[in-house]
Amino acid sequence: MTQALAFKRPSVIPGFGIAFGFTLFYLGAIVLIPLAALILRAAGVGFTEFLTLATDPRVTGALKLSFGASLAAAAINVVFGLLVAWVLVRYDFPGRRLVDAAIDLPFALPTAVAGIALTTLYAPNGWIGSLFTASGPLGFLFGEGGLKIAYTPLGIVVALTFVSLPFVVRTVQPVLEEVDVELEQAAATLGANRWQTVTRVVLPAIVPALLTGFALALARAVGEYGSVIFIAGNIPYVSEIAPLLIVIRLEEFNYAGATAVAAMMLGISFVMLLVINLIQAWSRRRFGHGA
Amino acid sequence: MDISVRHLAKEFDGFRALNDVSLDIRSGELIALLGPSGSGKTTLLRLIAGLEFPSGGTIRFGQEDASAKSVQERNVGFVFQHYALFKHMSVADNIGFGLSVRPRGTRPSRAEIRRRAEELLELVQLPGLGQRYPAQLSGGQRQRVALARALAIEPRVLLLDEPFGALDAKVRRELRRWLRELHDRTGHTTVFVTHDQDEALELADRVVVMSQGRIEQVGSAADIHDRPASPFVFSFVGSSNILPVEVRGGEIAYRGTVLGRTPDADGPRSLFVRPYDLELVPDGAPGIGGTVSLARRSGGSRIIEIDTPEDGRIELELPADAPGSVGDRIAVRPRRWHLFEAAAGARVTGG
Repeated sequence: MTQALAFKRPSVIPGFGIAFGFTLFYLGAIVLIPLAALILRAAGVGFTEFLTLATDPRVTGALKLSFGASLAAAAINVVFGLLVAWVLVRYDFPGRRLVDAAIDLPFALPTAVAGIALTTLYAPNGWIGSLFTASGPLGFLFGEGGLKIAYTPLGIVVALTFVSLPFVVRTVQPVLEEVDVELEQAAATLGANRWQTVTRVVLPAIVPALLTGFALALARAVGEYGSVIFIAGNIPYVSEIAPLLIVIRLEEFNYAGATAVAAMMLGISFVMLLVINLIQAWSRRRFGHGA
Repeated sequence: MDISVRHLAKEFDGFRALNDVSLDIRSGELIALLGPSGSGKTTLLRLIAGLEFPSGGTIRFGQEDASAKSVQERNVGFVFQHYALFKHMSVADNIGFGLSVRPRGTRPSRAEIRRRAEELLELVQLPGLGQRYPAQLSGGQRQRVALARALAIEPRVLLLDEPFGALDAKVRRELRRWLRELHDRTGHTTVFVTHDQDEALELADRVVVMSQGRIEQVGSAADIHDRPASPFVFSFVGSSNILPVEVRGGEIAYRGTVLGRTPDADGPRSLFVRPYDLELVPDGAPGIGGTVSLARRSGGSRIIEIDTPEDGRIELELPADAPGSVGDRIAVRPRRWHLFEAAAGARVTGG
């Protein structure tokens, strides 16, 4: 009893008990129980069996592709999402609100629709894809065969970049708006040029937000299914993503195999998000946000 | 560095923030821009710094026309009200920032920058705090760091925008005295903006009183106090009572009672008088009569308000042992006053 009470600190904000109780229940029902079921299922397979399933070359290939393409997409969005956020916050131009609203479209669009649209555009006979074929105007840049985008890992990166863009923009944007313009003016009076002001004063202030955006974009990309399966071509060992492999295993009634892939994804995701969180905590201290 | 401002004007979206302002700032001078919010004082400071560009007029630094120069080229030290320190840099890095962004040819070595930062920390009386972060300092300490950072680039002029505005009263008084000492030691030409008349009058060699984008008066603290150029200046630098009077044949008459003499021409005037320049008159002697409506003690004096039949309340500041309690009928007379045109006085409110 006393221990339970010590848990709860006196507070002027009422409702701690009920709010905390509900939070635990909610997290349990929505997040923890399904994940626990997955882990239980994976544990039921047995260690050697699990290892065999998880290290199958088709599985490792799919995992490498899923996480590699997601990291690439999140990294691309850190750069260009920051640019988009910067333009939206710092400049006033006609149609700014329209562009601002368009950022959220990847959220709202059914991902399958996005996948089909992107495939149509980036296929060798599509508007953009045709530019990069051997006979296209830009194809010579990529050697004899030109560049194939759809039905390759590159196409997967394109789709994942599309679906995860809003995460970086929407996390960086409010923080960028908060960066005091006086800081930039102070840097200018001290003789810093625009480049020095941006790299040494503005960017360090938004590093934590940028990391959060990266983590969210990465998490979103790893779990993406709908848009990717249309553009990927889904060739085993080449352009088959892990979520698709899970579905394939399920369709084969190979529940143990599906669980093994899922558990691997869960584990890798958890470790990656944990590392990003640690970097974030470090950067908050380093850049004086938490102090 | 002499600074000369000629016919300076600044418009923001049709609003005239600054209107034909001319001012000469002498080298080594500590000068205050004083005025209420919206008077254009901060705009003037930012125009001198190059953080804004004028709609008209010129700014000269010595012999050189600085009007079209960028803020980086002007080499000014600017201190912001809310410090604007770089949170992610240590105190020493903040101070060294201005030196570290110089082009390679003129940039001092790392060791030299660190040495300069330590020297400046000594100067602003924060030795040994170089490795701290701004978040770990008090408001007063942060403002000193901001000042050290501005001084690090050896600015031609030091500009401070409400430097003590965000600090509490005690720290503000301490920093005020300290800034004066620092100025006397380093001799930088310094311009600071404030809306606090005590701060301006106590700290500055000369005070520039501004209102509605114009300069009302430039002068020493004594000039501003004893020879206010306009009703606005009189009202802005202290409490005031305003009474309608009539000048006839060299005598100032308030509703038939002669209060004193003036060389002014005949006509209606507004008489401006400070609460501490009013004295009680003995019973029956001519004066401004009224009923005491409020009496309270404030520091070493008594503040009394009397209700006059025609002109509302008059505030007096009397010695602590002065008589008079609520409900008494008393009469007062001004010892010193200023007369302004009646029409001009009408737009001024006391306070």
